[in-house]
Amino acid sequence: MTNEQLLLGLASVLAAAAPVLFAVIGETISERAGVINLSMNGTILLTAMGSFAVALRTNSLWLGFLTGMAIGALVALIVAFSSITLKQSQVAVGFVLALLCRDLAYFLGNPYMNIPGPRLLAVPIPGLAQLPYVGTLFFNHTVITYLSFVMIFLAWAWIFKTRPGLMLQGIGERPAAAFVRGANVNRMRYLYTVIGGAIIGLAGPAYSLSVKAGWAGTISGLDGIGWIALSITIFGGWNPLRAAFGSYLFAFLQWLGLVLQARLPNIPSQVLQVAPFPLMILTLLLVNIGDAEWVARTLALLPTGLRRLAVRFLRALRASPPAALGVPFESE
Amino acid sequence: MEGSKGAKLTAKTIKWISPLFQAAAFLLALSFTTLILLAVGAPPGQAYLNILKGAFGNTNSIANVLVVWAPLLLTTVGVLITFSAGLWNIGVEGQVTLGAIFTTWVLRLLQESALPPWLIILLAMLAGMLGGALWAALAGALKTFGGVNEIFGGLGLNFVATALTLWLIFGPWKRPGTGSMSGTLPFPETLWLPTLSGLRLSPWALGLALLAVVVVYLMLRGTRFGLRLKAVGKNMRAAYLLGVPTWQHMMASFLLCGLLAGLAGALQVTAVYHRLIPSISSGYGFLGLLVAMLVNYQAVWAVPVALFFAALNIGSIQLPIVLRLDSSLAGVLQGLLVLSVLLVEGARQQIMKRLRLSDESAPVEERP
Amino acid sequence: MDVALYDIHKTFGRVHANVGITLSVPAGTIQGILGENGAGKSTLMKVLSGFIRADRGEIRLDGRPVVIHSPSDAIRHGIGMLHQDPLDFPPMRVIDNFILGRKGGLLPGRAAAKRDFRALADQFGFSLDPDAYVDTLTVGERQQLEILRLLWLGARVLIFDEPTTGISAAQKEKLFAALRLLAEQGRTVLFVSHKLEDVEGLCHKIAVLRQGYLVGDVRPPYKTAQLVEMMFGKSVAMGERQPAKPGPVALRLESLSVEDDRLKVRDVSLTVHKGEVIGLAGMEGSGQGLFMRAICGLVRPTGGRVWVGDQDLTGRSYLAHKRHGVAFLPASRLEEGLVPGLNLTEHFVLAEERRSFFVDWNAGRSLARQRILDFNIRGAPETPVESLSGGNQQRALLALLRVPLDLLLLEHPTRGLDIESTIYIWSKLKERCAQGMAVLFISSDLEEILQYSDRVLVFFSGRVTPPLEAADLTTDRLGELIGGKGWPEKGGQG
Repeated sequence: MTNEQLLLGLASVLAAAAPVLFAVIGETISERAGVINLSMNGTILLTAMGSFAVALRTNSLWLGFLTGMAIGALVALIVAFSSITLKQSQVAVGFVLALLCRDLAYFLGNPYMNIPGPRLLAVPIPGLAQLPYVGTLFFNHTVITYLSFVMIFLAWAWIFKTRPGLMLQGIGERPAAAFVRGANVNRMRYLYTVIGGAIIGLAGPAYSLSVKAGWAGTISGLDGIGWIALSITIFGGWNPLRAAFGSYLFAFLQWLGLVLQARLPNIPSQVLQVAPFPLMILTLLLVNIGDAEWVARTLALLPTGLRRLAVRFLRALRASPPAALGVPFESE
Repeated sequence: MEGSKGAKLTAKTIKWISPLFQAAAFLLALSFTTLILLAVGAPPGQAYLNILKGAFGNTNSIANVLVVWAPLLLTTVGVLITFSAGLWNIGVEGQVTLGAIFTTWVLRLLQESALPPWLIILLAMLAGMLGGALWAALAGALKTFGGVNEIFGGLGLNFVATALTLWLIFGPWKRPGTGSMSGTLPFPETLWLPTLSGLRLSPWALGLALLAVVVVYLMLRGTRFGLRLKAVGKNMRAAYLLGVPTWQHMMASFLLCGLLAGLAGALQVTAVYHRLIPSISSGYGFLGLLVAMLVNYQAVWAVPVALFFAALNIGSIQLPIVLRLDSSLAGVLQGLLVLSVLLVEGARQQIMKRLRLSDESAPVEERP
Repeated sequence: MDVALYDIHKTFGRVHANVGITLSVPAGTIQGILGENGAGKSTLMKVLSGFIRADRGEIRLDGRPVVIHSPSDAIRHGIGMLHQDPLDFPPMRVIDNFILGRKGGLLPGRAAAKRDFRALADQFGFSLDPDAYVDTLTVGERQQLEILRLLWLGARVLIFDEPTTGISAAQKEKLFAALRLLAEQGRTVLFVSHKLEDVEGLCHKIAVLRQGYLVGDVRPPYKTAQLVEMMFGKSVAMGERQPAKPGPVALRLESLSVEDDRLKVRDVSLTVHKGEVIGLAGMEGSGQGLFMRAICGLVRPTGGRVWVGDQDLTGRSYLAHKRHGVAFLPASRLEEGLVPGLNLTEHFVLAEERRSFFVDWNAGRSLARQRILDFNIRGAPETPVESLSGGNQQRALLALLRVPLDLLLLEHPTRGLDIESTIYIWSKLKERCAQGMAVLFISSDLEEILQYSDRVLVFFSGRVTPPLEAADLTTDRLGELIGGKGWPEKGGQG
């Protein structure tokens, strides 16, 4: 592989990661506020289909993206309403919505199957795009890919560097304490869930209007991305930077699968395509295993020095969720 | 409880309020579906009529509904066991798939052998149950020993199971020549589970599924094991301190669910498709989760609700041909139904709370 | 600021938590609010701090009636409350906890906040690192953080809910000094407690609540006997101490060591005889909980051996311990002890030793009925455990224990219970001790420790005293040890 091919390949990884990134960041924001939006897989399919249909009908890409955000926000609103106002299980409602939105996407998308439609074009950034290496890598992308770069830092700065972001952390961590500090916990949870949903809603159009334009129904290759994004949210430890790393790692592995497939014709393509999933399970295992009871029991058997080392290693890997994730809040 | 008059009145009120709310949920789902149909310019009446006709129009279609019903019942009561233990066994989909793979494997191994066909089928189905249980054990081990949430472990394993199926169909088990999406080469008719003459329905499948419902119902209601599972599901730490070996019970619930899901997969191979196809599970795992949620985790109600869901699935198959609508309309209606039941149930609880009625007296769950 | 409450009423269902309470506290006063658990102290304070709204009544600040809807309303009026378990964010930094809740621009302005934080902390002699994470602080330090935060927000009335539970003696001294300083500055302090000693030593006047009523508002000199009578309505006889007759060995620990990520308990050796009661005293989180969980196999010891009777159970699971006649009752009854959603019958069937496959529900119900009668539980076989009161939950937990039991480990057996339930629980425990059961219990109530133990182990940040004869101990001596005073130079255990 030549240098140029490699660069283009890596640039395509950055672009291909955009849908996952939006999904992961939207989910991270929602979960930071304490609400799990399990509907993601369905939402992404529905937004991909809906955005494409609207963009095709109106011939406006912007309306397409807006549609995606609106659908994402609406689905998130249902999750918020049923869990915050009606106190139903977030997992149950989210799971049903994941299936429902998926079927709805296939049902409503039927007339739009495999029709050529509008697509975002790459916009090289003048001056920067000509730089060696970095130009190809970072500055020759579509607007939505640039937005995905910006979104990582925006989300990170909001959560960790601003006053409302501190409160967001507080709401997910200990809503009662946030409440005595004047936060309207449930209203904030609604707000962040819906905002997170709108960001998740960008994942669909980022795919169907940019990465791989069009709607191909069940064979869009999009089904499943939402579930992966959920795992990456955990892997990312509810931090946008670590989550971005996870998203790029995932996109890179998929690309690697494609590249290797051409070189290793004896391995059926399905094996390489599925490689990220066992890997995802493995990372979840690494992130969580420190909490398992038998691990603590086994550690107690080790000599002190070794035990300290093992404990420190496991703790560094561990990602602990917002303490009030999935727990409804009532101010008496 | 204190048998005051107030409490009795409340219980009585709730008794007729509950079905009222459920009817409201059903109507809500139906009207949403109608709106969606209107939105895409399809005649709703005709669509519903088509689904009805497609499901119950003739003996053949009724038999096909029952063909779907059997594996769906198996996955539903399977996930009822894991739900009892407080587990969201989303991996049930992959467990069905592995059941089908193991069954196919044994059938392929033994189809040339001199063993009597009934024995081959029996062994293959047992292997299918084993396969489902193994896949469930994997999700269970990840949960109990690795701290990996069963939802994520299960989802990952679902994808791996699908990939495994594709790999087998296009790789080692491919048809002579090139592999195709239509699956592996069909087995000889001697290795098919006997069906009613002229129909695709196997009475064996139906019998096994209904037997599973009875067994699971009795197990959850009348056995010490069932009670312990519930205790683990409701409060794992307390259950442990009360003397219940918790991880063993969680693991057992995974294994039992896997057995039933694997049996569903085995039926898909031996009684329905007679080969391994790419989407062998037909989504019955996820659908079983929906049914279990809809029946509020009670095994008895799974029987009619699963039948209804099966009828929707079969009834909508004709839609693309007759009305040029996608058959995923069935999934839309099923999803809306569960969603509105969840929402309406939530609304009912909130209204009851507002009215300061104690919810404990509501007949949420039958008590022994 | 003058605080006045007029005719405050509050009911929860059938419980009348506050009945027509009228109380006035002038600025610069430290007002004690005394009463046993469930007397209505917390309700009254929650009304004042905006957590709950009174059914009837009025709050006046400096003579003006105010309406308080929420805690943030309260702080706007200058009323701040410190909760028993400080309402802060453990995984976040001290400074972020300090900032959170203060109105301001988009950026938190950490640098300016740190300056204010240090200035305030210096005023009270608190030394807190603004960059430390809250989960590394002690309860006492977290209280200090809350005080500073509320003052920064302009609090002129500060409510302290049982602040001396779980802090060291030194921290208590510091806290009291801070409270006196607050009063000198003209602020109003409301000090809620059930500890006579604390209230008597600190407060300018003491209001006593009993069963929702304000039964008196007294000024010094205080008479302890009078306060006790006001609290309980009668003088309470706690029953006589009955020293145990030592029987055969029930539990033997050989240099047991155990640790978690915060604490190390080292080399504890102890022999407990049948019928004996051992009290484990210490501030919450001083190692006694860890120690107890190591004895019953819930946590694996990092060294030493555990013998139950003549069985070496070191490193075996809790269930193995349970099979050898050990049981553990946790402090959080609904979180760890009972299974919410299951009824009493189901609990008794669950705890049964029987091995039959099917459940005989009729037998289960009659068993439940019998135990309910035996243990005086206010509930029916069909009652879900979560609708039982705390005292009845604790009785149910005792009723669930296996009948021949060699060793019972209890965490805070009477926390949150009224005096009647407390006496009942202990009479049941002593009854079973007389039959040969040994008891180890953790309590933060010094009187309970001294009253019911034969011997006492005191824990202080992982260090353990040798077993002390309870008869030789006084509350003062015990209090000192718990606070880390009077320990030998090189800590350890003989």
